[in-house]
Amino acid sequence: MNRTKRTGFDTALKRRFGRDYKAKIVFTVLIGAIALTMTVPILWMLSASMKKALDVTKLPIDWIPDYFYPDNYVEVWNIGGKARRNYHFALAYFNSLKVTLTCVAGAVLTSTMTGYAFAKIKFRGRNVLFLLYLATMMIPSQITIIPKFVIFDALKLVGSHKTLILPGIFSITGTFLMRQCFMQIPDEIRESARVDGASEFRTWLQVMVPMAKSSMASLAIIIFLWTWNDYLNPLVFLPNWRLQTIPLALNSFVSEAGTEYHLMMAAASSALIPMFVMFIIGQKQLIKGITAGAVKG
Amino acid sequence: MKNRRFRLSRQLRTDITGYAFLLPNFAGCLTFTIIPILCSLVFSFTDWEYTRGFGNWNFVGLKNYIDMWTDEWFLASLKNTLLYTASVVPVTILLALILSVLIDKYCIGKLPMRLAMLMPYFSSTVAVAIVWVMMYSSFGPVTQLVKWIGVENPPKWLADYHWALPAVILVTIWSTVGFAMMIYTSAIQGLPTELYEAADIDGASELDKFFKLTVPFLSPTTFYLLITNIISSFQVFTTIQVMTGGGPGNSTSVMVSYIYRSAFGYYKMGYASAMAWILFLMIFLVTLIQWNGQKRWVGY
Repeated sequence: MNRTKRTGFDTALKRRFGRDYKAKIVFTVLIGAIALTMTVPILWMLSASMKKALDVTKLPIDWIPDYFYPDNYVEVWNIGGKARRNYHFALAYFNSLKVTLTCVAGAVLTSTMTGYAFAKIKFRGRNVLFLLYLATMMIPSQITIIPKFVIFDALKLVGSHKTLILPGIFSITGTFLMRQCFMQIPDEIRESARVDGASEFRTWLQVMVPMAKSSMASLAIIIFLWTWNDYLNPLVFLPNWRLQTIPLALNSFVSEAGTEYHLMMAAASSALIPMFVMFIIGQKQLIKGITAGAVKG
Repeated sequence: MKNRRFRLSRQLRTDITGYAFLLPNFAGCLTFTIIPILCSLVFSFTDWEYTRGFGNWNFVGLKNYIDMWTDEWFLASLKNTLLYTASVVPVTILLALILSVLIDKYCIGKLPMRLAMLMPYFSSTVAVAIVWVMMYSSFGPVTQLVKWIGVENPPKWLADYHWALPAVILVTIWSTVGFAMMIYTSAIQGLPTELYEAADIDGASELDKFFKLTVPFLSPTTFYLLITNIISSFQVFTTIQVMTGGGPGNSTSVMVSYIYRSAFGYYKMGYASAMAWILFLMIFLVTLIQWNGQKRWVGY
């Protein structure tokens, strides 16, 4: 009786998970453990962000606190408002969103235009220009940052968001990505639109752009991630704390807050929100996008 | 007749449309990439210090490029960059390969596992670096784990001259392995199943299949990951700047952090530009290897 029952369970497992279900269960547990380890820092951050100051450093670590203390978040978001400090979390958040969204919109627009021109319009000098783009891809951004600083300083732009937005709305990687996408759309589609009397601009806007939506979404996501994460450019170009973006504000918060670990973790958690929203909205596009743009860190 | 003279030729009209489409992006690319690149090249041959004002420089030939090889900080930064790259890249790729194959083959509930491993990659770099600073602190989980294993006096990780770089390396591996794994995963899903079925009929073991089918088939992906990871490791900055600021001493100073300090801490624009071009040469070399290697090294 017992025996048949066990065999029955065995077959059920086999049917559900395949012949090698034993190995599967072992590896699932093993990999599950690894996956859990990977999320430990994030979980620890969330846990610490919900604790009172003293409990963060308490040992042994209390992974799930007995209480949740969301006031940390309220306090972080009010930093700079009431207490006078050299950083303002909510303002930095707003700055980051403003810079990032402008750059995303601009870069997607200009890259879609340039990518289309390189892929579909047979103007003279196309190959030479494209080679020029190709060559600049290899140049690390650390090379251009010094002359960019000199140029912005000469234009009296240092300490303005334009230093991030102006270069941010032109993307060479984006041009490549969009060119790749338009190359895959057959020429006949463009030609038939042109024969029907549509201008080049109308063909681009009303025929081609709708067909390139998925690549545009990928591009938007990678530009969002890069700009939101950018640390070097704001560090160099934004000496004024009122203009700081989130990465800078987080860092100055940490270097000045000393031991307010619970607040630091609440701030760090808040900084992750837009990226996780992105992560949830566009997983498919995201993976395609990061694959395409992996070279630029 | 009159009409004909004023009509532009077809090719010329195409040219005008083409350049009109190109103009916005090209103008930006010219101002913020191409011109700065040329400027930087010029700066790198001068002794310009920013405080002396624009244009107030002397051309010194290759002096910057020669001086750096006796600059202790530059050499330390170069060494650390190479050490960092040599540890991060192989470990990340190997881990990613093993994990992606195991998950694809043996895991129940693949998606949650993959998402968990990808999560660090989609976290804000600075936020993650700050979390890890806490993780390494005396009350953080890393120190606690090491104590639990039985080490009585765990090192002060980020404040320790010898442990700071390995500690930073671990953070990078943690945050990039998920990305490499996703790339492998999409490559694995394109593997030809017939060959695996044939191998099964021949009675090949799982390890045989892994080394003789999977690894060779994935070699283009491995190669791609190798190159992109090397290039981005050469350019590491944010994580290190936030976690250690290059210290203690020069133990975690990397190329970009030293370039940043030389340019915007000491205002030695000429010298910093020259170092940036050395960084470019390193990247260029890797890219060349990629172009040549693609044909020979990779293939089915």
